[in-house]
Amino acid sequence: MELFSLGIRSIFIDNMIFAYFMGMCSFLAVSKKVSTAVGLGAAVVFVLGVTVPFNWILNEFVLKEGALTWISASMATIDLSFLRFIMFIAIIAGIVQLVEMVVEKFSPALYGQLGIFLPLIAVNCAILGGCLFMAQRDYTLAESAVFGFGSGFGFMLAIVLLAAIRERLKYSMVPNGLKGLGITMLLTGLMGIAFMSFMGIDL
Amino acid sequence: MSTETIEKSLVAKPAEPILSKRRKKLITDPLIDDNPVTVQVLGICSALAVTTQMQPTLVMAISVIFVVALSNFAISLMRNTIPSRVRIIVQLAVVATLVTIVSEILKAFAYDMYKELSVFIGLIITNCIVMGRLEAFAMGNKPYDSMLDGLGSALGYSWIILTVAFFRELWGSGSVFGVPVFEYVSSLFGPDFKLATNGLMVTPVGAFIILGLIVWVQRTKTGYAEH
Repeated sequence: MELFSLGIRSIFIDNMIFAYFMGMCSFLAVSKKVSTAVGLGAAVVFVLGVTVPFNWILNEFVLKEGALTWISASMATIDLSFLRFIMFIAIIAGIVQLVEMVVEKFSPALYGQLGIFLPLIAVNCAILGGCLFMAQRDYTLAESAVFGFGSGFGFMLAIVLLAAIRERLKYSMVPNGLKGLGITMLLTGLMGIAFMSFMGIDL
Repeated sequence: MSTETIEKSLVAKPAEPILSKRRKKLITDPLIDDNPVTVQVLGICSALAVTTQMQPTLVMAISVIFVVALSNFAISLMRNTIPSRVRIIVQLAVVATLVTIVSEILKAFAYDMYKELSVFIGLIITNCIVMGRLEAFAMGNKPYDSMLDGLGSALGYSWIILTVAFFRELWGSGSVFGVPVFEYVSSLFGPDFKLATNGLMVTPVGAFIILGLIVWVQRTKTGYAEH
């Protein structure tokens, strides 16, 4: 039950986009067509769902203060948490490379569509942000898996919704200076207001 | 070749001044015409979350300037030795090291600020401006030029987030840098007068709307349009 409410919370209330602004770059750049948005969203769900628990293991057994006691008791005072950024990003980059190879092998069509954005998932703030939140909030392994998938789905939901709106937007008259980034930011703000209505829910 | 001709060739090509016209352009271009945030749509990710107050935004801006300029410099020094297949990982390692330095400095000298910025300092690693400039400029240019280019981009980013923070703090909390401006202005008009703050500005929604409007104003002025 705890896990269920954490999942719901990470999808709707603590949404990566609307509450923390994470992954904004790909959110703005890849939200022009629904089909590409779905592809990128699925890739983010997968990468977040895998990297967050993976980094949890790394954090728990290598980086945290006293995490190295499983090697020998004398290492209890060693605190490697300052290596967190570099280790997390290395794991993320590795897993993204793996996903890229798998997608290229099994779905060349999707690979062609995602193009440059697949390697860019490595530098997507949502992934690193999810991992850092996991470390900061002291989740357990199960919690971090649920949190990873939940945040991924939240990102996917947001990007697909925005892409759907932007497809419609093509047929409307937008002032020249507001075209593209400007109107998208305003739209995201309005969607954020809609998502704020979930905040009152106490889970 | 005799020593004389070598000397001549050295004299014939005077060194470029430290701040030549071309180099000045590297700094000034990203400020308005080629702004990383409003024109290139980079680096919106990690920064908007800290813009509810001016002070953390200033710290964030300084950190980004430090990281972008130095990572551009470092990668440019190594640009000819990095194999292109693993360049992303090499770049990430350099950037992550610099960000770790920033984070440790903040932890040691400004612990409150470190707590307030929490994960967002770490997220400078994935700030698209850093990677974008490394890929687009530092991999193909000399170290000093790259550093100037990084400096320019980071400054362009800084003034945008400082502007967003100014309006969000002013309208959301009625203050600037923690100085209660609204309270003071209200007191000028007598005891019953009170300027209201808008709670929406403190939430992420306020940041989106203000940035959207800044983009609108800026693009209308420069005449840039996206299709």
